[in-house]
This record gives sequence, C-alpha cells and structure tokens, in this order.
Amino acid sequence: MNFNIDKLDNFQLDVLKEIANIGAGNAATALSIMLNKPINMDVPKINIIYFNEVENILGGADKKVTGIYLEFYSDIAGTVMFVLDELSTENLLSFFFTGNGKEKNFNELDEMKFSALKEIGNILTGSFLTALSKITGLDIKYTIPSVTVDMAGAILSVPLIEFGQQGDRALFVETKFTEGMEQVNGYLFLIPNMDSYNIILRSLGVV
Amino acid sequence: MSNIVKVGMADLNTVIAPGILVTLGLGSCVGIALYDTERRIAGLAHIMLPSSKSINNKQNPAKFADTAVETLLNMMIERGADQKVIVAKIAGGAQMFSFKNNNSNLLNIGKRNVIATKEILNKFGIPLLAEDTGGNFGRTIEFHSDTGILVVKTINYGIKKI
Repeated sequence: MNFNIDKLDNFQLDVLKEIANIGAGNAATALSIMLNKPINMDVPKINIIYFNEVENILGGADKKVTGIYLEFYSDIAGTVMFVLDELSTENLLSFFFTGNGKEKNFNELDEMKFSALKEIGNILTGSFLTALSKITGLDIKYTIPSVTVDMAGAILSVPLIEFGQQGDRALFVETKFTEGMEQVNGYLFLIPNMDSYNIILRSLGVV
Repeated sequence: MSNIVKVGMADLNTVIAPGILVTLGLGSCVGIALYDTERRIAGLAHIMLPSSKSINNKQNPAKFADTAVETLLNMMIERGADQKVIVAKIAGGAQMFSFKNNNSNLLNIGKRNVIATKEILNKFGIPLLAEDTGGNFGRTIEFHSDTGILVVKTINYGIKKI
C-alpha cells in the first residue's frame, strides 16, 4: 500500500489528522510559552484541493500573504510551509510585540518584524516537526525558515509544484490559534517527498 | 468592460479580441501568452512544471510547459489562428524563497520552467517577443487580445507593460 493523495482511504486520513492534531497542539503550546499567554487551538482540518481551487483559500491568488518556508531532512525529507493571511499576520505580530492588537501595519514590515515572523515560524513549524519525530521515532532535522510576503498564488505555488509532480491535488492542514479576541488562521503544508510518506506510515505501523 | 477570462493554476484558455485573459499570482509558475497578430486570437497557459516526461500522472496538459504550449496552439488553430503569425510573451518563473545553502531542485524550478518554455516555443518556431521573468516576487498578468499587450502587476515592483 503506497501513499497516494488521490486514493487516500479513511484510515490513512485519520492517521494524518492525528499527526496534524498532535503537531498543531505542540505548536500552540510552544507559541503559548514563547508569548507567555494562553493560546487556544481548534482541532485542525485536513484539506485536499485541486490546484485551480487555490483561489478559494486565503481570499484569492493575488491577496497579500505571509509564507514561512523550511526544508527538513535526515530519516525523512521534504518541506513545510506555514501560510498566514494579512489579518492573521498582524494579529500574530501584535501577540508578539505589544499584545494589545494595536500594532497593525502589515504594509510596513521592517527587519524586526521579519525576524519576529521567522522566529515564530521556526517555533511553530519546529514544534510540529518535533511532534512528528516523537510519534514516529524518526530523526528529523530542519533548516532555518525563509520568510516572504507576496501574492498567495505565488507563495502557494512552491508547495503546490511539489505536489504537482505526483498528481493534481494538494493536501494541507488548516489550523486556527486564538489569543483573547485575536485570531490567527494558519495553513500548514507538510510536504514529505513520496518515499517519506511511506516511511512515516510504516513507522506508525500503518502499512 | 470587455470580457475577462480567468486562467487558474495548471490551466489554459483562449479568447478572441477584445477579450482579456487573466492569471493571478504567478510565482515559480510561468504564464505563456500566445497571440495571432492578424486575427487577434489570444491564448494563455499557467504552467507549473517544465516537462511532462518522467512524470507518471500527466492527465492535465496545462500543468507542463511542453504539453501546454502544444494544447494551447491547437486550441487557437481550432478557433481560426494561423501558426505562422503566432508570437509569444512570457512572465513568471520567480524564486519565492531562498536559503544559504541552496541546492534544492525545487527552489530552482522557476528558472527551469522558463528555460523549458523557451525551448518548447523554439521547437514550434514561435518567436518570443518579450519576457518578464525571474526575481523573487509574484506576478499577476493580464493579456489583452485587442492589442497583444501583456500587463504584469506586482505588489512591490509596480506595473509593467510588455
């Protein structure tokens, strides 16, 4: 039984959901420790979409979004991308800097805010990968993230091209973090290469 | 406003003047605009990958540079275009993210998409009139079939007409 997004059965989907849940839970805890305030998390959703439906997420392919991207390697290899819409980026930065939601100038992201996003991305994606490593017993190392603010379509094309070599659909995890009244909607694309999907499923005794 | 036809990711379409073809948020992908200068028939493809060779699942010809150009050309000829007067303009092929030790195949995909697109245009004898490729930013493009002008919009680098 090999992994194929177009032919996922319910059992494989449940396994992925569970990984997403534990991973995002760890990420929320890490964020909460870093910010020293309670962060709530909704149960993550697994989405599978066709490439031409990309417009339906994040409010349009030409909307400005933040992409935090890194590569992982060792026992398994692949990439992780965390994508945030404009409002969520502002909210996340306001958790980080002032905590009162007044810090809202996404249009003027300076060096300091870029560094903050990189650090947040590092912690969120890193804790997600650490959780994956713990569940599977696999060794996972990862690079420092690269952060870009640009059109949603352009940023999402990076993970989607990777999926494009296998089929016409992409799989991603939709997460939602909340702090007080502020909400952060994030889209996490975990893209192990196809061999790695099989290694993950095998390490969990699924195949 | 004239007719606007949207072309999604891994998608292609054609219009006859005065229609406008639009594709949003090109990153590493390449927008290939073909134009019959006499009959003013325009085609636009939004490709993701350089080549359909060595890929098992190739159901969607619009995904690859090689199969997209061929399919788009055939669609335009079916609408009455003459291959002898068809010209091309391309945009996209950016590298959205970069790392210090950058030897990932995936990150160079933009450059590879542009090279493959030029090769396939050359193979079909289609002259490339203009391009706006590379860089590290996204592009939204509008292809105007009444003039053959390709409008390239970016978030931080303004608007360009090629």
